[in-house]
Amino acid sequence: MSHVAQGKGRNGFIAGFLLVPLALYLTFVIWPYVQTFGYSFTNWTGQSPTFDFVGLDNYALLLKDEVFRGALWHNLLLLVFVPVITILLALFFAFMVNAGGRGGAGGVAGVRGSAFYKIVYFFPQVLSLAILAVLFGAVYRSDQGGLLNGVLVKLGLVDPTEPVEWLNEPRLVLWCLLLVVVWHGVGFYLVLFSAAMQSVPKDIYEAALLDGAGRAQTFFKVTLPLLWDSVQTSAVYLGIAAMDMFVLVSTMTSGQFGGGPDHHSEVMATVLMRNFLYFGKSGYACAMGVVMLVLTMILSVVTLRATRRERIEF
Amino acid sequence: MTTVIKAPGEAAAERSGGTGRAGRGQDGRSEGVVLNVFSHGFLVLWALLIVLPLIWLALGSFKTDAQIGGSALSWPSQWHFDAFGRAWDKGIGDYFANTLIVLVFSVPLTMLFGSMAAYVLARYPFRGNRFVYYFFVSGAMFPVFLALVPLFFMVKRFDMLNTYHGLILVYVAYSMPFTVFFMHSFFRTLPSAVHEAAVIDGASDTRIFFQVMLPMAKPGLISVGIFNTLGQWNQYILPAVLMQPQSSTDPERYMLTQGLIQLQYQMGYETDLPVLFAGVTVAMIPMLVVYLSFQRQIQAGLTSATLK
Repeated sequence: MSHVAQGKGRNGFIAGFLLVPLALYLTFVIWPYVQTFGYSFTNWTGQSPTFDFVGLDNYALLLKDEVFRGALWHNLLLLVFVPVITILLALFFAFMVNAGGRGGAGGVAGVRGSAFYKIVYFFPQVLSLAILAVLFGAVYRSDQGGLLNGVLVKLGLVDPTEPVEWLNEPRLVLWCLLLVVVWHGVGFYLVLFSAAMQSVPKDIYEAALLDGAGRAQTFFKVTLPLLWDSVQTSAVYLGIAAMDMFVLVSTMTSGQFGGGPDHHSEVMATVLMRNFLYFGKSGYACAMGVVMLVLTMILSVVTLRATRRERIEF
Repeated sequence: MTTVIKAPGEAAAERSGGTGRAGRGQDGRSEGVVLNVFSHGFLVLWALLIVLPLIWLALGSFKTDAQIGGSALSWPSQWHFDAFGRAWDKGIGDYFANTLIVLVFSVPLTMLFGSMAAYVLARYPFRGNRFVYYFFVSGAMFPVFLALVPLFFMVKRFDMLNTYHGLILVYVAYSMPFTVFFMHSFFRTLPSAVHEAAVIDGASDTRIFFQVMLPMAKPGLISVGIFNTLGQWNQYILPAVLMQPQSSTDPERYMLTQGLIQLQYQMGYETDLPVLFAGVTVAMIPMLVVYLSFQRQIQAGLTSATLK
């Protein structure tokens, strides 16, 4: 806290500075959050101003809602695979960029052109998800006009008369979406891990090399433990992204607010939006929002707990 | 095994030649070479996976619809820019302008209000200070979906659906948790000596904030400014819910992200994909230019923001 002495008018100053930010925040963020909890116990349709209190009915319905349960399952799948794949790839690339070179003057160095790789890999991060949706919609096109099919046909891996319907294939659609998230995220986490790796003193690596550790050993025994804090944070962030997925699913897959074919790519967010904006079941949609919140919070706590390790000071 | 400290020149020669002796001994060297080829191969592969689809999409703006549908690997037969013109007619220019109008207000306001709150909370002790701080910061934990339904009706009650000022206020409010969090930690690290000197000189609290503390917080402001600009520029869910025309006379005020998705639906029916690709290319180019000009700050800003 500051050492500024209390003076006249200081309370007025404090109040004046907090007034507008707090008012905006309360009106547009906090109050809607609170209302969501309230509405989740009602049969509110959004159209009429009146509604009845229905207790836990919405939540009971949710448990029986096959579509929502399927969506929940898809979110859980993404929750496991998105962080694991993205973090592994990002760690691998970060290690290569920072310590994969042949060893320069200091003994440990990145590969040539490491700055270039960082620039290229990070770029998807500044593109909006809307751009990603259009781009990958074109890549996954179900005829030879799609980049993926076009290349695979050229390589002779796919029969040109029967190209793969990536986004219409129940077994493939979710994994196609997963790849988009990974494509988008790897560069960001590469840069994140790189920054963390660079803050590790070089002599630690050199000591490991002197002791005869190979690169793989150096990575698992030295780099990874020292980066554990960043890995944890990344897992939470990626987990939260995997709970969302609304933009990609709703714009890339078939159906009202996406989720197709036949709910095979459905996630909780798309079910929520469909119930709210299309079916007019606002109260029911609110209950889904509450479930998403609870799951997100459990996820954050569990991730931080499960991955907790002794912190290494350096 | 020993690590020989090499002169930079020698190291460079070894890198290009690849037949250097010394180093980490024979085993380490051969492992290094294999790994180097292997790792470099993967690095190049991933770089291609990023760049090629983007170039391919941009090339699509010069193809005809038949070419796009025929084969992905076709090359544009002529370099006409008319798809860009049609994309502009379809409203890409307007969507661009709409997004700019909103961001020109929302980003500075976010920074101003966020810094004001963060500053007071970081440097002025008062009853309830911690509570207000955590109150602000906790908002970052919740998914925006949780608020979406009541938010829609709240904005409707203020008669601000499909208006610029409505969206600006919502953007500012939703950027508050992170901005307060980040700037709070920043203001705390600033030395208080300058502040005290200004107090002795008789400057008012408000003046100290604007003329002394805010300029000193510039690096933090840049980081969080980049973060908020990208976040708000790329926002899709909030405008998708809040910026729909409310009646047949209410004009369309789509944000760029919304407009692109809208274009995607339209072009699916009208089968004019070059227009869609041209639209996306137009939307990507400013991001590319800004990114290449400021990539160091953007990377540092976004990643430090995450780790704070």
